[in-house]
Amino acid sequence: MTAQADIGFHARRHARWHAGEIAFWLLALACAFAFPSRYLIMTEIVRLGLFALSIDLILGYAGIVSLGHAAFFGIGAYSAGLLALHGIINEPLLALIVAGLGAAVLGFATSFLVIRGVDLTRLMVTLGIALLLEALAERYSDITGGTDGLQGIEMQPILGLFAFDMFGRTGFFYSLAALFLLFLLARRVVHSPFGLSLRAIKNNPLRAAAIGIPVHKRLIAIYTLAAFYAGIAGALFTQTTALASLDVFAFERSADLLLVLIIGGTGYLYGGLIGAVVFRMLQELFSIITPQYWQFWIGLVLVVIVMVGRGRLHRWVLWAPNWLIARLGGRKAAVAVPETEGP
Amino acid sequence: MAAALETIGLEKHFGGLRVTRELSLKIARGARHALIGPNGAGKTTVINLLTGVLRPNGGRILLEGHEITNLPVHKRVLRGLSRTFQINQLYADLTPVETIGLAVSERLGRGGDWWRAMGSRDEVNAEIAETLSRFHLLDVMNEPTATLPYGKQRLLEIAVAIAARPRVLLLDEPAAGVPESERHDILAVVAALPRDVTVLLIEHDMDLVFSFADRISVLVNGALLTEGPPEQVAKDPQVKAVYLGEATNA
Repeated sequence: MTAQADIGFHARRHARWHAGEIAFWLLALACAFAFPSRYLIMTEIVRLGLFALSIDLILGYAGIVSLGHAAFFGIGAYSAGLLALHGIINEPLLALIVAGLGAAVLGFATSFLVIRGVDLTRLMVTLGIALLLEALAERYSDITGGTDGLQGIEMQPILGLFAFDMFGRTGFFYSLAALFLLFLLARRVVHSPFGLSLRAIKNNPLRAAAIGIPVHKRLIAIYTLAAFYAGIAGALFTQTTALASLDVFAFERSADLLLVLIIGGTGYLYGGLIGAVVFRMLQELFSIITPQYWQFWIGLVLVVIVMVGRGRLHRWVLWAPNWLIARLGGRKAAVAVPETEGP
Repeated sequence: MAAALETIGLEKHFGGLRVTRELSLKIARGARHALIGPNGAGKTTVINLLTGVLRPNGGRILLEGHEITNLPVHKRVLRGLSRTFQINQLYADLTPVETIGLAVSERLGRGGDWWRAMGSRDEVNAEIAETLSRFHLLDVMNEPTATLPYGKQRLLEIAVAIAARPRVLLLDEPAAGVPESERHDILAVVAALPRDVTVLLIEHDMDLVFSFADRISVLVNGALLTEGPPEQVAKDPQVKAVYLGEATNA
């Protein structure tokens, strides 16, 4: 092999599909058939996973922290709700895309406030924007339904073919398909020169600019894309539950989202998805044990993860499988993740 | 022919402190120009002004006759002005393949490409391969930068700047902190830079300066003290006073 072809091989190392990834998606699909009575909770997990994937794009790859990601979720949720309620766009798939674009527009507009600051500024600005939107939604209750939320949303069949059923079967497959397609797109993006430049910016913005990377432009682009993803997650929420109320903007939603991502690990795309499964399972488990105090246990788990994970917080979840693979096959890692620096 | 890089009356203040004073430098094309000066002379500030990390309070900067005073950092790089850092500024998580790949992609205008995977363009791959082998980095190309030995990181630091194919290269103490055993590699790389690349060397090590430079500017308290060919600067009593003064104080 020539050196040049060789370089291509090495440079695409992470872009190739690993066996573990294929297994992950087959397992996800298998769940759909294995637990037909659990469509509702599985839909919830898929949606949460997509939402977490969205924040992984900005936090895990570009290093932008946010405490207000629910802003985009909320915009997507209300857009989808209003489009359906007023019969503006009846076809759910088209409405989903339009709702996502609406969130992306907001993401683009607010990105200019977010990208310039340091971490603390970013936390405050993102938090502020989400709070602002929540207050606006409450103030203009004639449009949003105020504290009651949007009432009487009726969803039309997807593409005119697949009607939403009361067991949530259609909703689940619809959400899973959306997640998978958006995941494929995200996977493509993060392994491109563009995606790599985000990691360079996260690692060292000074050097990133010094090799010709337009830092601000790249951050604006990924923030807008992440907003689009969050908007889709929000729209899926409205479409599969026929609800949209003020809590789509809630601070708890943004905060839980960070929890989900930290549980799953940042910067390798699967963290949000694994985190969503684990988080929702823990929530169920703890609320069975102590219905009132389940948050105590979630909090405890978080503290333990942070204490144990420390520097490798972003990929602690892979520690066990990687250790096993190293033992069994003498290979390096199932999903290779950069080793240094926390999220 | 316009100078490769020129500053005209450059000024920089931090509060009441004038760290760069009416600095006018002219670096000829293809020159091996060194900028020296005692600690605190403002050498790093000059680099930061030239590369756009800092904006001057007054004066102008011209790159090959074109005004770049107000261009952002990344645009100056694309115009052909690249630099290395005194303290390595690399991407801890990224491998040399990825690091060099990024620099090459940006220069070829492929950096914003979000659809094709890194490594899928032959012209980019060819350059990565060429750069990695020139800088003796092929054997560690898949290791995260943070795990490389210091000498290799130092080579990568220079390789990244070269991958941007600069016409003017600013070298900020290229051999700083490199152990004696690995020093030779670095110096060889610096000496082998193509002659059509103009080099401005900022350096403390006088041996390196006098073996490398064909012209030297001496900076003291943010202002130009003197400038000339090495033998002239070496004999200059003012320069001797500055350096001896520093030596006796130390």
